Amino acid sequence: MNRTFNSLKNFYHKLGSSPWFYRISGITIPYIALFSFLFLFIGIVWGVFFSPTDFKQGDVYRIIYIHVPAASVSQAIYYTMTVAAVVSMIWRMKMAGIFIKSMAPIGASFTFLALISGSIWGQPTWGTWWIWDARLTSTLVLFIFYIAIVSLYSSFSEKKSADQAVSILTLVGAVNLPIIKKSVDWWNTLHQPASIKFTESSSISTEMLYPLIISIFGFYLVVLLSGLMAMRAEIAKREINKEWFKNY
Amino acid sequence: MKKIRKNRLYAVLFIFGSSLLATVLVLTALNQNINLFYSPSDLFSSNPSPNKSIRVGGLVQKGSLMRIPDSLEINFIITDLKEEVTVNYSGILPDLFKEEAGVVATGYYDQTNSSFQAFEILAKHDENYEPKEVVQALEGK
Repeated sequence: MNRTFNSLKNFYHKLGSSPWFYRISGITIPYIALFSFLFLFIGIVWGVFFSPTDFKQGDVYRIIYIHVPAASVSQAIYYTMTVAAVVSMIWRMKMAGIFIKSMAPIGASFTFLALISGSIWGQPTWGTWWIWDARLTSTLVLFIFYIAIVSLYSSFSEKKSADQAVSILTLVGAVNLPIIKKSVDWWNTLHQPASIKFTESSSISTEMLYPLIISIFGFYLVVLLSGLMAMRAEIAKREINKEWFKNY
Repeated sequence: MKKIRKNRLYAVLFIFGSSLLATVLVLTALNQNINLFYSPSDLFSSNPSPNKSIRVGGLVQKGSLMRIPDSLEINFIITDLKEEVTVNYSGILPDLFKEEAGVVATGYYDQTNSSFQAFEILAKHDENYEPKEVVQALEGK
């Protein structure tokens, strides 16, 4: 027990070390790139070309293979940023600040993709591009938080104060996450409830579910890949004059 | 935990707690207004003004859909399986609009003849996805 705790603690301290992170991420990036391409390619091609047509929506439902993964990662990124914000505020770990700074634009991009793909899906099925229901509005609020985090960060010249200010804003925005998740259950919305459920059987047939899960996995790998690359770039930017970086 | 970190932890909890409280208060104050539409039961219990546009949502009752020949006009009943309201609409309908499917109508409710005059119809689909062939095979049985 004590040993697991120690190795966890050790890993946590290593995560805080930028040279270690820079080295390890440099080694793993090519593999992650390969797998993210594979999963994304298989998931989307399978979903768009080989999965069966839906009985109600016809072929238009196939946008699910973009929309659901994008929406899923857009929220997951914010959850991880919230953890980083807490770490950054309590332990002042600089890697946590680098993480938030690097992930915010990626989160904004995927939230944008979720909003746009949802809009394109909504027009032929619901009959409207946009409606101010609780799910759509709370997702728009998530997008605005990402944009606010990016712009708040860029308004500081000093990295340390930027990290702290951005952490506070991230923490405030975290309140929105459960609202997005539960909005379709708490209120009447045009958006339907979740199809993939963890506690009971999913309301999407397995032939349609498998490519969706592969695509979701592919999206998470793409986020991991772009996150690592963005963090490396940020480390390089901040530590360009450090001895370890010059010797790398 | 060092004292300074403990204090920072309290700051984190305070920031998160206060924004949570603020959000809960706002959502409680808005309460009913966050709902996108009234169900027919809500509609009768809330007495909406006839000059204010509102949304009513539910299922299109089976067998209630009537098209007026040579026009875009239709009549149908929205039901929440408890109460029902008759809707008049003239215009283009979304593809997924049909009987026994979800619908959200925007328009004005006239209490005098208890009918709903809609100017926009949106289809609300559920979270079920099934292959077309499977459903057709099941229905063929």
